[in-house]
Amino acid sequence: MKYSVNEQGYYGDFGGAYIPEMLYPNIEELRQQYEIITNDPAYRVEFDALLKDYVGRPSPLYLAKRLSAKYGANIYLKREDLNHTGSHKINNAIGQILLAERLGKKRIIAETGAGQHGVATATVCALRGIECVVYMGEIDMERQAPNVARMKMLGATVVPATSGSKTLKDATNEAMRDWINNPVDTHYIIGSVVGPYPYPEMVARFQSIISFETKKQLLEQTGKELPDYALACVGGGSNAMGMFYHFLDDESVKLIAVEAAGLGVDSGHSAATSVLGREGVLHGSRTILMQTDDGQVVEPYSISAGLDYPGIGPQHAHLHKVKRAKYVSITDDEALNAGLLLSQLEGIIPAIESAHAFAYLEKMTFKPTDNVVICLSGRGDKDLDTYIKHFGY
Amino acid sequence: MNRLNKLFNTKNKNLLSVYFTAGYPDLNNTVAVAEALEQAGADFLEIGFPYSDPVADGPTIQHSSQAALEAGMTLNMLFEQLGELRQRVTIPIILMGYANPMVQYGVERFCQKAAEVGVDGVIVPDLPMYEYEMLYQDVFAKHGISNIFLVTPQTSEERIRKIDGLSNSFVYLLSSASITGTALQLNDQVDTYFSRIKAMALKNPTIVGFGIADSLAFKKACEYNNGAIVGSAFVKFLGSTPDYMNGIEDFVKQLRA
Repeated sequence: MKYSVNEQGYYGDFGGAYIPEMLYPNIEELRQQYEIITNDPAYRVEFDALLKDYVGRPSPLYLAKRLSAKYGANIYLKREDLNHTGSHKINNAIGQILLAERLGKKRIIAETGAGQHGVATATVCALRGIECVVYMGEIDMERQAPNVARMKMLGATVVPATSGSKTLKDATNEAMRDWINNPVDTHYIIGSVVGPYPYPEMVARFQSIISFETKKQLLEQTGKELPDYALACVGGGSNAMGMFYHFLDDESVKLIAVEAAGLGVDSGHSAATSVLGREGVLHGSRTILMQTDDGQVVEPYSISAGLDYPGIGPQHAHLHKVKRAKYVSITDDEALNAGLLLSQLEGIIPAIESAHAFAYLEKMTFKPTDNVVICLSGRGDKDLDTYIKHFGY
Repeated sequence: MNRLNKLFNTKNKNLLSVYFTAGYPDLNNTVAVAEALEQAGADFLEIGFPYSDPVADGPTIQHSSQAALEAGMTLNMLFEQLGELRQRVTIPIILMGYANPMVQYGVERFCQKAAEVGVDGVIVPDLPMYEYEMLYQDVFAKHGISNIFLVTPQTSEERIRKIDGLSNSFVYLLSSASITGTALQLNDQVDTYFSRIKAMALKNPTIVGFGIADSLAFKKACEYNNGAIVGSAFVKFLGSTPDYMNGIEDFVKQLRA
């Protein structure tokens, strides 16, 4: 397990818990309790049952024949888009709500960008009858109005983040401030592999079900449990960590993380953190983030609200630095075109986030025998307006 | 021994510190505001270096930070402004801000520069004790910069002892577990909390901050502790009138009333 976290909460140079003292008791409680709780057999039984009967797992691994023919390899789609609520975010939300209950928490807060994590959190709170407050950037609330309505219908309170740039990073700041003000009764369900330790590890483990199932399904379908390539899109990086997790120590598996280049890496409107970012501290961990020379966080841009985050999770920063995974980027236009292509070749409209991973297929060369798995992290329903506007349907 | 230790050796009651954000509301008034605060009777000061994502701060300090950044404040500029600090101000000065700007500037370079312009201490709410001990304690010590830690009502006794051991100027007691600008509730809980800390007989003085907005709260904090820090209330005042320079004396007098 050479890529896993150490006892101090670090992945190589990245990670840790850069939090104000007010949050120390909460983070310490989580650090001490989460492994004990999540390893408890009764917890496992409940978690597995909910993933099976409520989320609909295992999600299929689907050999996309026409896409495979186009690119000259065997391309398998891990269908996280078929999960209840339409993306991989529900895996983590289920894991954390069961944890929060066992910690005796009475109130849940969350941040959301595109609204997928907010919807997943609102869903599990409705399922368990727990109060839910979701922070969302004021600008994102306009961009993703249907998801705002879904959260409200599920009984959550959606609070606009009006500070700073009014997007995901500010929603995260507001959620942290809420937690500082309500440390005793509240659990913060972070939606990605970011934040202070143990969050990046905890969220990665909840999402690792993706690669756990993929391995088994590949073995059944191909006779080999390891693919040649595993691809996923990266904003904070939770679906990618889920897809990479059980392949990390199998160095023959080439891991490819696809970031959002926005209008182009050098355009000044981009979210390609691994290229544009430098080492620093963001939202509780030491990682790579986009920032000015003075250390002020830069607002990223991507057409996809789920990828325009100025940092990446600390484990991604580590995998990037030690070159275990390759970090690449895809522009808005390339992603939209890949979304259209997948729709018309396979009858699947992907989330624009996931479409970034598919767009990178264009830039790869394969042997006909290569097995490629792509995490199809979410479905495109929420992005129909954007697709329609772009293609003029 | 820096100016903070000297201050605490000569005075240990009713110490008043005032916080303001560098570059707010006017970019170039940092030293002028500090000078006016000293003349008005503040015992020491905290100057905030602004950050884009101040998670421990309420709306008032968030706003002042954003305004200062938009006006062009940077750490480089702040240190330049502070070049004339010690010609005009004699009381101890603490810089307060978040880890990322300091890490980008370079922690060693930051401490060196701070010492050079006459800064005595630093408060970085999101710099954890573990990382401070591992990476930065020696650097701070080498340049004679005191690192000040926060304690909240939820901090365990064991951890408070550890913080006291690592501190060499004062311990910053949060009036409640909250972000800045949340008014102190004058209730029994506060008395219990303050007297619990007092009974621990720490080696460092305790100064209370967060939510100290008026003379009543200041008195309550000083009943059990060596002093208190006023932040958001002063920043709010600075933003309330273009003639703030002429109101600083009254503002401080009212706190002491």
